[in-house]
Amino acid sequence: MLRFISGRLLKAVVILICITVLNFFLIHAAPGDPAAVMAGEAGDADPAFLQQLRERFGLDKPLYVQLWIYVSSVVQLDLGYSYRQQLPVLQLIGERLPATLLLSLSAFVISLGLGVAAGAFASARQGKWADTIISLVALIFYATPLFWLALMGVLLFSVQLGWLPGFGYETVGANYTGLARALDIFLHLILPAMTLGLFFMAVYARMTRASMLEVGRLDFVKTAKAKGLRPGVIQHRHVLRNALLPVVTLAGLQAGQLVGGAVLIETVFAWPGIGRLMFDALSQRDYNLLLGVFVVSAAMVLLFNLITDVLYRLVDPRIKVAS
Amino acid sequence: MADTIDTNAVTSDETAAAVIHPGALKEEGRGEPVVHIDRLSIALPDGADRPYAVDRVSFKLFPGEMLCVVGESGSGKSMSANALMGLLPDTVRVAQGRILLGATDLITMPADALYAIRGRRVAMIFQEPMSALNPLMKVSAQIEEVFEAHGLLTPKERRQKALSLLTEVGLPDPPRAADSYPFQLSGGQRQRVMIAMALALEPEVLIADEPTTALDVTTQAQILKLIARLQKERNMAVMFITHDFGVVAEIADYVTVMQLGRIVEQGTAEEVLFSPQHPYTKKLIAAIPRPGEGLARVDAREPLLAVEKLSKIYRMGGGLFSKAREVHAVKDVSFTLGRGETLGIVGESGSGKSSVGRCLVRLQDPESGRVLLGGQDMAHLKGEELRAMRRRMQMIFQDPYSSLNPREKVGRIIASGPIAYGENEKKALARAAELMEMVGLDPKGTNRFPHEFSGGQRQRIGIARALALEPEIIIADEAVSALDVSIQAQVLELLGQLKKDLNLSVVFITHDLRVAAKICDRVMVMQKGEVVELGTGSEIFDTPRHPYTKSLIEAIPGRAKEALMTA
Repeated sequence: MLRFISGRLLKAVVILICITVLNFFLIHAAPGDPAAVMAGEAGDADPAFLQQLRERFGLDKPLYVQLWIYVSSVVQLDLGYSYRQQLPVLQLIGERLPATLLLSLSAFVISLGLGVAAGAFASARQGKWADTIISLVALIFYATPLFWLALMGVLLFSVQLGWLPGFGYETVGANYTGLARALDIFLHLILPAMTLGLFFMAVYARMTRASMLEVGRLDFVKTAKAKGLRPGVIQHRHVLRNALLPVVTLAGLQAGQLVGGAVLIETVFAWPGIGRLMFDALSQRDYNLLLGVFVVSAAMVLLFNLITDVLYRLVDPRIKVAS
Repeated sequence: MADTIDTNAVTSDETAAAVIHPGALKEEGRGEPVVHIDRLSIALPDGADRPYAVDRVSFKLFPGEMLCVVGESGSGKSMSANALMGLLPDTVRVAQGRILLGATDLITMPADALYAIRGRRVAMIFQEPMSALNPLMKVSAQIEEVFEAHGLLTPKERRQKALSLLTEVGLPDPPRAADSYPFQLSGGQRQRVMIAMALALEPEVLIADEPTTALDVTTQAQILKLIARLQKERNMAVMFITHDFGVVAEIADYVTVMQLGRIVEQGTAEEVLFSPQHPYTKKLIAAIPRPGEGLARVDAREPLLAVEKLSKIYRMGGGLFSKAREVHAVKDVSFTLGRGETLGIVGESGSGKSSVGRCLVRLQDPESGRVLLGGQDMAHLKGEELRAMRRRMQMIFQDPYSSLNPREKVGRIIASGPIAYGENEKKALARAAELMEMVGLDPKGTNRFPHEFSGGQRQRIGIARALALEPEIIIADEAVSALDVSIQAQVLELLGQLKKDLNLSVVFITHDLRVAAKICDRVMVMQKGEVVELGTGSEIFDTPRHPYTKSLIEAIPGRAKEALMTA
């Protein structure tokens, strides 16, 4: 196992460097650069000023030199300085990461927990009304665009009913501390986390249901029946465990998006996370910050891919031998 | 028999009256019946090909007796077993009849009471031991679960009991087997685990649904012996479902033959095997492949195909840090194939027989060696040259279901080879219709999809597809293994006829020595990637020299009684 993990980590580093290089070129392929944006905002786009800014940021050097400087510092875990905010990129990301992780992990837990439960429940009642309703609701969540759900959620729960705050991470200026602050953050979290989780919840529910029905037809389930086991035990011990294998794959994919996947929701709910940071960096052509966010989210994807594979090996004993 | 091409046609034997031999009715000295299935009918859903899956079926199981229920797919034999187990699928329902276990009727029994009976009084083993075991659970846990289901013993005692059961069914290293996952065991070992599981609570009745069909012939012989031994030791009533009269001859005390949901013949093993009365029973017995028909036609023809020192190695795993695991699937295999000759390659699973076939047609690239077709080495050709040679050698696959593209019409499937080689599409499709006729199917069938055909018909389509490129050599890899015996006989007949008409050479890969000896000019026996014996069918079958060949022949079920079985 250790050997497997170390091998994969080594590959991950190589992949990460490739991704960084690719991102570097993609970003530079977009028109405009930080100097142009800053000069434009300053209302002074005269070529001398632009040139001065570019020299200051090292943007006047040939692209390959810039790439070399960037990649060699990334390898030393230095993501550089944000041109705009005059702060180390790592620090900026570090400040925003907890909020994003809180949001996306909550969404992850909600979607996985509720989705699998709903799918298992529906499959045990195949063709009955509970199954029909769950499948229908899952289909609706599955098909509805996230931002629209988010807006409707805000309209209903915060504007109309006034139950939940509609934006932000906590109540500005309230200066809560301790438990009161935690509760405040929790209330702020509900709408964005639910909205973010609904899509994957629907996917998990549908997948779990289909997978359990499929596994339920396999021979070993018949064996379990022939032993005299009760349906509940069969569903739980024999069907669900085998049916969860594809769900693990999907959960790995979702987990990989924990950092980079909440841009839309963070923007709609003014959630001070990485997504917002990325969005701002993009509009300002803040190369270093943007690249930094990309590096971190790519690393996250690779990490969760690895975790998924390790998990797979723990859940399914057959995989160890195959590889 | 073999000239009835349409497998769905109503033949005379379907209308013949059922035959009940006197031995089936005699109950003296057999004790009290454990199970009495009494005029049981199971209705199929509307729109099925017939109203009843099981139609007024009656039989009894007595302690210490083995009743073989014989029939082809769709005969209702498994459905009867499932009914006895209380495991009928939701789509069918019991229309009439009783299933008495002792004095209680299982059909009227509430679902709750059935849990107490399943596994405890009636147990079942299945055809495919790999899929019948939960892949994610260790073997001992799966056996212990039987006790748990019935609330018996403490966890520690369960483990002890599991170990002693694994010992009783003859697993070599019981503690190790107990801690293994099913995939870590061989097919035979897995079936032993299934048997251990079924025997855990000492049931009165054991239902064995084709328990040896998926096993190699030598393993089959062992498992049959095991079941027979345990049955006698525990005085169990066994309902043994099979399609193979060889197996019946080996183990049956009583025989019930089923066809299309009805019982057509019933009697003692002797009565049914040695003096079958019903035409369907006679047909099934006649369909057992026997060697000795038209053998040893080999002459010194110039070989069309010469294989020299063919080797194939599979490499698994391997990466940055680990070395790949190597399996020598084929080791220095050499043989020749004459024009018009049929060469059988016989072996058990893992013998490398299929790898040889795949290397010949270059579905896989051999490690080393030469495959000379008309003097040109196929083994190392590339690109256009390989493509040109490929059409001279075509393959027929084992599974007629998965080997045809379900989304393409049959005509298109047959014609796609020639079209790929530049044939005009219209001409190729017209040729496909001709080929359909040649393999005994309606040429109009070219406009239908594969699922509209039966297994035997699909295999005919597979043959037509292979013939479309007008090959000189056909490689048939277990081409009849997935078919019922009577259909098998028809497809073999067709292959033999086509071979003669088109002067084809055939490499016939099979696990069944009887089939090989019946239709092949020469037979090559393989074991663990090596050729152990090569000779004419009769040489191999009547005077085998290699101990492995001998063990294969000895393992053929029902061989001792075969001479007495006449149809």
